Amino acid sequence: MTSEAVAVKRSAGRRLAGLFHGRPRLQVGSLLAAPGAWLVVLYLGSLAALLITAFWTVDPLSGEVIKGWSFENFESIINEGVYGEVIWRTVRTAVLVTLTDAVIAFPIAFYMAKVASPRAKAVLVVAVLMPLWSSYLVKALAWRTLLSEDGIINWALNPLGLHGPGYGLTAVWLVLSYLWLPYMILPIYAGLERIPDSLISASEDLGAHPLTTFRRVILPLAFPAVVAGSIFTFSLTLGDFISVRLVSNSQFVGTVIFNSIVNDLPFAAALALVPIVVMIGYLAVARKLGAFEHV
Amino acid sequence: MRRRQAHPARTAWLIVAGLIAAMGILAGCGGGGGSTEGGGGEELQKLGKGEGELNLISWAGYVENGSEAEAPDWVTPFEEKTGCKVNNKVGNTSDEMVQLMKTGQYDGVSASGNASARLWAAHLVAPVNTGLVPNYKTVFADLKSQPYNTFDGTPYGIPHGRGANLLMWNSDSVKPAPTSWDVMFDPKIAAKYKGKISVYDESSYIADAAMYLKYHEPDLGIESPYELNEEQFDAAVNLLKEQRANVGEYWSEAAKQIQAFSAGDVDLGTTWQYQYFTLKGEGQPVAASPASQGFLPKEGATGWSDTWMISGEAKHPNCMYMWMNWIIEPKVNAEVAEWFGEAPAQELACKETENPNFCSEYHAENPAFWKRVYYWETPLAECGNGEDDCMDYNQWVKAWTEIKG
Repeated sequence: MTSEAVAVKRSAGRRLAGLFHGRPRLQVGSLLAAPGAWLVVLYLGSLAALLITAFWTVDPLSGEVIKGWSFENFESIINEGVYGEVIWRTVRTAVLVTLTDAVIAFPIAFYMAKVASPRAKAVLVVAVLMPLWSSYLVKALAWRTLLSEDGIINWALNPLGLHGPGYGLTAVWLVLSYLWLPYMILPIYAGLERIPDSLISASEDLGAHPLTTFRRVILPLAFPAVVAGSIFTFSLTLGDFISVRLVSNSQFVGTVIFNSIVNDLPFAAALALVPIVVMIGYLAVARKLGAFEHV
Repeated sequence: MRRRQAHPARTAWLIVAGLIAAMGILAGCGGGGGSTEGGGGEELQKLGKGEGELNLISWAGYVENGSEAEAPDWVTPFEEKTGCKVNNKVGNTSDEMVQLMKTGQYDGVSASGNASARLWAAHLVAPVNTGLVPNYKTVFADLKSQPYNTFDGTPYGIPHGRGANLLMWNSDSVKPAPTSWDVMFDPKIAAKYKGKISVYDESSYIADAAMYLKYHEPDLGIESPYELNEEQFDAAVNLLKEQRANVGEYWSEAAKQIQAFSAGDVDLGTTWQYQYFTLKGEGQPVAASPASQGFLPKEGATGWSDTWMISGEAKHPNCMYMWMNWIIEPKVNAEVAEWFGEAPAQELACKETENPNFCSEYHAENPAFWKRVYYWETPLAECGNGEDDCMDYNQWVKAWTEIKG
């Protein structure tokens, strides 16, 4: 009896195995079914929903969504100057934050990859990762306290007769540059690690000035990594609204979307397409620059 | 086997396009607008047994069960009496309350006037059969049948209490003590406090500017700061754009404003009782224009008169009716009013307050005082003259984005 039952069970398992045998497409397909469904339904599906919602309108009083095709939301984004200003301010800040992070991150990453001893390297990697372990909100709030009128920055600058930036666009630039710095350091570090030391030695042997070596050997090889890092810093800045609200009065794309969500969801959706469009353009350029070649 | 080159990006676009097409068809089928009139659900005809549970949305301090230190408790006696277990969700802003009500998971909400009309228009709240709320009879007459709680002549809620928004200042750095909102609005005077002014970050603040103009520029002919034609509206918006240069911070969370005041980032601004009492409690050098001290800035003040509304799809309507009656029980309404620092809605509550002078301090029985308080309302295009020439809520929201630049 029991041996028979086992045989039946086994044969069911076998039959299943037999089904997959020699059918590589089925094997891969069933392995990818769950993540594939996740990507299509949750990610691409919500993007599609966003795109459609952007064409709807709302009843001005109740905020009830009126379904139907209309370009009203896009027209007001284009025609009302304030949104152009907000978008431009956001993109400008994103570029500024990206450049700042690239300039700060490169020497750090270079030291980590090429100069530091293996022990120091491990310590530095942990040090760069550590801020990512604490909540984003805590760090943003900490900066709010630092930058406040009675905060430590003003306290430290006071003896020098200086005054901190206070809340405003400068504060946003500072805070976001700080928050996204690890996202820039890590890809550059990985990119620099991949450059064989022998290439640098060869350049030196051939009599190149260290600056020439940097300009003509290291930078071209590491550039795709910088572009990869910049995708993070740029896109994260483009979408941020919490830090912006905490340390400034300025409106960014994110804050305007946040404020529109309750009463005018379709408008928020239309505005949310702006960062997506900007990012598609940015990614296209990044691809041209080879950011995805070694991913 | 010949391998085709895969184009992941192209595949993704194809999928998105396909999904859009599918959803477009779905949306087309589901189309068709609702009726323009408001309200949702029928009013309750007969009070039945409690359903054992009640889900509320309220302003902080309106539904206290003693869990907070030193807070009184008027929820537990209600639960014991009716068997309705109260689950409360605190809403931080009127916008948030409207959004929460849209989920359909709540039985009722303590709505301010800038939410009530929107809730009504969105068919989210049902008319209230005041016959089933015995305590309603003794609610102050000047709180009944108001534009923010009655629509088309039908009551949609039970008044809870009222108060005026405050002008608060740091008494160390703002001297002499202001008696007018000109410290925030008059470009010359406000410039003295450049970067130190704290302003409420919501479109309803446009009414504060309109109220200021009503007093200082009578030629504009502003009657109600919530009913503005284009010319009046533009004047208010321009005043706020001028003010922007002097603003230190726009606040929408009370905690953010408290922190800014105690850190010295701002020195004066518009606020609520909650922030004022908290800062006082911390020993900060703040003074304000509490109505309780008989003081309103000379232009008056915007304020609130809150209404308990019942959801059109309430799952516990009987419990909600019991709650609406409970919250205006003389004793309970007195407790709420004293805890929160506002004038009670219930006339008989004035005999139940711990501080025997509470009602006179808060002017609860003085209709003349409230003539200078402009309760939050939702701006509507139709504003009483039969023509749709007033600026509506959506235009207020858009203008607020523009003001902040």
